[in-house]
Amino acid sequence: MRSTKTKPVSGKADHGNLPKCLTGIHGLDEITLGGLPRGRPTLVCGGAGCGKTLLGIEFLVRGATLFGEPGVCVSFEETAEELTSNVESLGFNLTTLVRQKKLAIDHVQVERNLIEETGDYDLEALFVRIGHAVDAIGAKRVLLDSVEALFAGLEDESVLRSELRRLFRWLKDRNLTTIVTGERGQGTLTRHGLEEYISDCVILLDHQVTETILTRRLRVVKYRGSTHGMNEYPFLIESDGISVLPVTSMALKYKSSNERVSTGVPALDEMFGGKGYFRGNSILVSGTSGTGKTSLTTHFVDAACGRGEKCVFFSFEEPADQIIRNMRSIGINLQRWVDKGLLHFHSVRPTTYGLEMHLVKIHKVIQEFGPSLVVVDPVTGLLHAGTAYETRSILLRMIDFLKERQITAILTTLTSGTAMQEQTEVEISSLVDAWLLLRDIESGGERNRGIYILKARGVAHSNQIREFLLTSHGVELREVYLGEAGMLTGSARVTQEAKDESAALIGRQEIERKQLLLQRKRRALDAQIAALQLDLETEVQESEQLIAQEKLKVKKWEQDRGVMVTSRYGNSGMRTENGRPAAAAGKGK
Amino acid sequence: MPTKKKTAVPAQRANWELRLYVAGQTAKSLQAFANLKRICEEHLAGEYHIEIVDLLQNPQLAAGDQIIALPTLVRKLPEPVRKIIGDLSNTERVLVGLDLQPRIAPLKP
Repeated sequence: MRSTKTKPVSGKADHGNLPKCLTGIHGLDEITLGGLPRGRPTLVCGGAGCGKTLLGIEFLVRGATLFGEPGVCVSFEETAEELTSNVESLGFNLTTLVRQKKLAIDHVQVERNLIEETGDYDLEALFVRIGHAVDAIGAKRVLLDSVEALFAGLEDESVLRSELRRLFRWLKDRNLTTIVTGERGQGTLTRHGLEEYISDCVILLDHQVTETILTRRLRVVKYRGSTHGMNEYPFLIESDGISVLPVTSMALKYKSSNERVSTGVPALDEMFGGKGYFRGNSILVSGTSGTGKTSLTTHFVDAACGRGEKCVFFSFEEPADQIIRNMRSIGINLQRWVDKGLLHFHSVRPTTYGLEMHLVKIHKVIQEFGPSLVVVDPVTGLLHAGTAYETRSILLRMIDFLKERQITAILTTLTSGTAMQEQTEVEISSLVDAWLLLRDIESGGERNRGIYILKARGVAHSNQIREFLLTSHGVELREVYLGEAGMLTGSARVTQEAKDESAALIGRQEIERKQLLLQRKRRALDAQIAALQLDLETEVQESEQLIAQEKLKVKKWEQDRGVMVTSRYGNSGMRTENGRPAAAAGKGK
Repeated sequence: MPTKKKTAVPAQRANWELRLYVAGQTAKSLQAFANLKRICEEHLAGEYHIEIVDLLQNPQLAAGDQIIALPTLVRKLPEPVRKIIGDLSNTERVLVGLDLQPRIAPLKP
């Protein structure tokens, strides 16, 4: 018995010592925590057309191409040619693999009407054929598709059952990792109860059509000796095989960045505590029709591209060209970022395919492009592709996926006019880190836009409603007018501001006038004072003059009198009888 | 039992080409060969040719005739090709399988 492993089992699959075999199928190895049980058969069951054969073939092809494990396909239903052409569309070239001896296809045809049973027999020839094919290429993997065809071809079911049991035992003994497919039965996993014989691992495939949209699902029903994802996981058959979508981080263990980045609108950065949002945040932009959700999100994109970061824009409503054209009208040139390879548009109608397909596409584009910011416009568009519950779970997965990779997500949701503004139709508000609400403010016969931050985890954000203007050079936020009449926006705000302006002007003019008046008064008084002073001075002058004259007069008189006396004494030598000589005599005494 | 054996019959009369697939000399394969030999001698004396293919020695031959069960008897000639599986112990059914005896017609209403 060979037990050498060509590829070590991935470390995270360490549950006991059960060796596992990586399938190489996108997502399946995550759900099974490392792949299928190595050296044991696994039953893959499901209804017609659910992808059993494809899963098996991909298991072989991936084994041959990725893990160096050749495989044998034992097909009970289709010929090698049919199989080859069937999987060609998935990019699997079986012919080449067969030529390279990495794959062997054996078509086992059982036709009952050509077979007569005449006694005791066994299926040794089948063993011989498988054994021969396995030995010829050193196969490690086997696909039996679908062994149940034997039930239609052989009469003796008891022989068949015991032989199948022996076959699975034999495959185990040869350490062949095997996928056995089986058609789903009524109330049982397989029509012929194969699950009785294969108890190591059972995978159930299913597909449901809800409102004309097909969703494929995969569930690991059991996995002996190992834990595994228990849920139904949606999967897709795409141009490069099967993709299963596990919820990428079931444990909410992703790291959080402390880096703050600009929204592209300076005033909005201000509202986010002056520094913008946290890198890797999921930001919800909600609002009714025409509130400018897309325009706002393109600012985020423009800013990110301006920093040299890559962005992906998932649009469910508009084609890329239309968005680019429309955003030119607000002065944002997205085309240059597309040309530089920094921006990628992925526009698709929501109803093109099911939700899972959308999620897979989103995953793929993100993995291929490696953006740091992703826009989904609008997430409510996905509601057309599934129910609200499904959409919510898809969005949860998508947000998880983006967070794990520290990719900023800008999600827009359209709120219908009648719905509550603070409730998203897909109810993802609790999943997002920041929520910008755009709303209409109707007043004064106008409809204006308002924006506020409903929540922003870990950010001291503004509590104010700002008026949101779409100008030819992008989004602008204005303080709204808060006055006696309440909140005013638009032209009402402009009018009110003008009114305030004129009131202020009148006030200013009044003050100026009063000041002028005062000045004049002062000037008049000053003039009066000057005049009075002048009067005083004149009066003083006059008075002094009079005094001087008077003094002069007195002096003159004295002089005159002296002269007279002298002359009198000089002329007669005697005193007259009148008073004068007496006075003079008196004076002289 | 030889692994490949041709019964001694005049070639010109061997218009029955029979091939018996076996895997080694198991009880079942020996039983089948004995049964085949007996039936042929009884019904096709001198007109048959039996080839025995041992898949243990030539496993690649199993795919050609789409053999899954062992032992399997293949009527190569006359055409059409018929397959009979089992140890051929049910002579009745072997004869039906070889078209030597008509099938029991279903009851008609």
